Amino acid sequence: MTLPKVRVPYLLLFPGFAFLFTFFILPIINLAQTSTQTRVSGGDTGQYEQTLAFSNYVNAFLDNKEQFGRSFVYATLATILALAIAYPLAYAIAFKAGKFKNILLVLVVAPFFTSFLLRTIAWKQILGEEGFVVPGLRSLHIIGQQTTLTSTSVAVVAGMTYNFLPFMTLPLYASLERIDPRTIEAAGDLYANGITAFRRVTMPLSLPGVVAGTLLTFIPAAGDYVNAAILGSPNTKMIGNVIESRYFKIVDYPTAAALSFTLMAAILILVTLYIRKAGTEELV
Amino acid sequence: MAKERSLSPEARSILGTQISRRAVLAGAGGIGAAGLLVACGGGGDNASAENTVRWGNWPLYLDFDEASKTYPTLVKFSEKTGIDAKYFEDYNDNDEFFGKVQAQLKLGEDIGYDVVTPTDWMAARWIRLGYAQKYDAANIPNKVNILDSLASPSYDPNRESTLTWQGIMGGFGWNVQKNPKGIRTLDDLFAPQNKGKIVVLTEMRDTIGVILLGQGVDITKVTEDQFMNAVDFVAKKISDGWIRGVKGNEYAEDLTSGDATAVIGWSGDMFILASENEGKFDFAIPESGGTISGDNLMIPSTASAAGKANAEKMINYYYEPAVAAEVAAYVNYVCPVKGAQAEMEKIAPELATSEYIFPTEKTASRLNVFRSLTPDEETKWAEAFQQAQGN
Repeated sequence: MTLPKVRVPYLLLFPGFAFLFTFFILPIINLAQTSTQTRVSGGDTGQYEQTLAFSNYVNAFLDNKEQFGRSFVYATLATILALAIAYPLAYAIAFKAGKFKNILLVLVVAPFFTSFLLRTIAWKQILGEEGFVVPGLRSLHIIGQQTTLTSTSVAVVAGMTYNFLPFMTLPLYASLERIDPRTIEAAGDLYANGITAFRRVTMPLSLPGVVAGTLLTFIPAAGDYVNAAILGSPNTKMIGNVIESRYFKIVDYPTAAALSFTLMAAILILVTLYIRKAGTEELV
Repeated sequence: MAKERSLSPEARSILGTQISRRAVLAGAGGIGAAGLLVACGGGGDNASAENTVRWGNWPLYLDFDEASKTYPTLVKFSEKTGIDAKYFEDYNDNDEFFGKVQAQLKLGEDIGYDVVTPTDWMAARWIRLGYAQKYDAANIPNKVNILDSLASPSYDPNRESTLTWQGIMGGFGWNVQKNPKGIRTLDDLFAPQNKGKIVVLTEMRDTIGVILLGQGVDITKVTEDQFMNAVDFVAKKISDGWIRGVKGNEYAEDLTSGDATAVIGWSGDMFILASENEGKFDFAIPESGGTISGDNLMIPSTASAAGKANAEKMINYYYEPAVAAEVAAYVNYVCPVKGAQAEMEKIAPELATSEYIFPTEKTASRLNVFRSLTPDEETKWAEAFQQAQGN
């Protein structure tokens, strides 16, 4: 009777593994194969053959250093901004919202009811030359007559911050909400003032939420191309835009695949370093 | 239509199709962007029933009735033949569409369409790769109605597997308030009032074509050096902050939102933008010449025999002059069908004299066709153009 017991976990794991195998492992293998192909000499557009050209990786990286750098800078900025906005928000919902807690949570999630793409396009229109924001700021002399808001790196980072804000807010809220208020009271009993209690008790206890939130923001932001495509200009292209262009416009599948792998590896390394540094075993 | 005699065969092959499909007006700019994501998913329809035909076409490229939300000419076709025509506006970009269906074409799996609508150079690629089926000529007697100027493009000299859907002119479009004198030359385009508000097309052959023509280069014979020189010119204008964006359909939206004041764009879009915004916008073929290209009705190699026969019936139907005139009255692109101009007199006389739909010989002679590229050139040139855009 012990055998079935051993089998149960495997049975439970099977659907997940089957799914991952079909939709993650197989495509990854395919991508890896593609990444070392080169053009068939005399072949037509989009015809490639396997030549184990690992130099594809070097060329792909060297040709697009700038966009790689930009992706990580933008993603980092968006993550920091999202954290700065989401932490007070999550804190207020968790500790101060009282009966409005559920309504506020719904409001945080509400943007998800509309497509990511439509929301970004809406921002483009709001920040456009003939929206109300630009003429308003111009008449108040906050921005110059020639300054524009769209097609700038500011617009791209702002768009990413906005789009990924709920991914930051919700894990923060979950970890803050879990904090036993009595621990904060205890800090007060031990003569900690509000700031000290926050620094020594609330913040450390919310750290898993911070790590989860920053990862959930940073990882998709680094690979994002929608914000740069809609809100940016040719001077703000990110690595996601390059991969899209390589795949669809130039029909250069090997370079697109090599760039995708390089991006995955870079994110993996950064995330590993970050988790080690943050030291939250509780997470993941 | 002996008007286009002075055109090269290549130019003729392009006179015919692209104005309204690119007319993505204010608020509809999302189509292009949506294409970014849609491109990753499947399209079309997997059912290939006996009595249906599935057509993948560009957005806003077929007469549409706002009130009933139907395509009148397509409805009439279905009533007449009993064939259920399924219409998909999901051909947003030549490269993206190719990227989406290429793997299935290669494997011979149904791509979900019995008719697709690639632009000339892309149609040429499909034919080269064996992804297009030849028509059964008996099913398309109206084939003889194609304009003489379009009858024998280099990629399909006898029109055995393609017929032009519409023709598209590329040139300058502008906001009349910001450019009261209009734009006729590259200097007019890169005038101080347009700095940072110029948008050019992602369609390489139109953007680089117009610039090359402005530089005095014959695009029917352009060399790699000349091409790369023009790409460098664009790259410089981007890094110096003159060009705000390189876009597909969305440039029309940028014009209406004020983000763009001058563009390298397509005639039909500009024509519709102008009529919907009380003449706020205008279009002109550059002094040094504009570009012309065509979109083609083509049956993919993966269409079933029934699908192919139905597709041929539909293509034949759209080559009836009266039907072609009805479509042209809506899309405002260059109409490829003989006799459509006479039919247009009956339904919309003011359009029968439109240079955008029925160009006179004088107009046609100012339009040029970008020469066909070898596969090597296609990849290398596209790469250079993409890199100029920061990709």
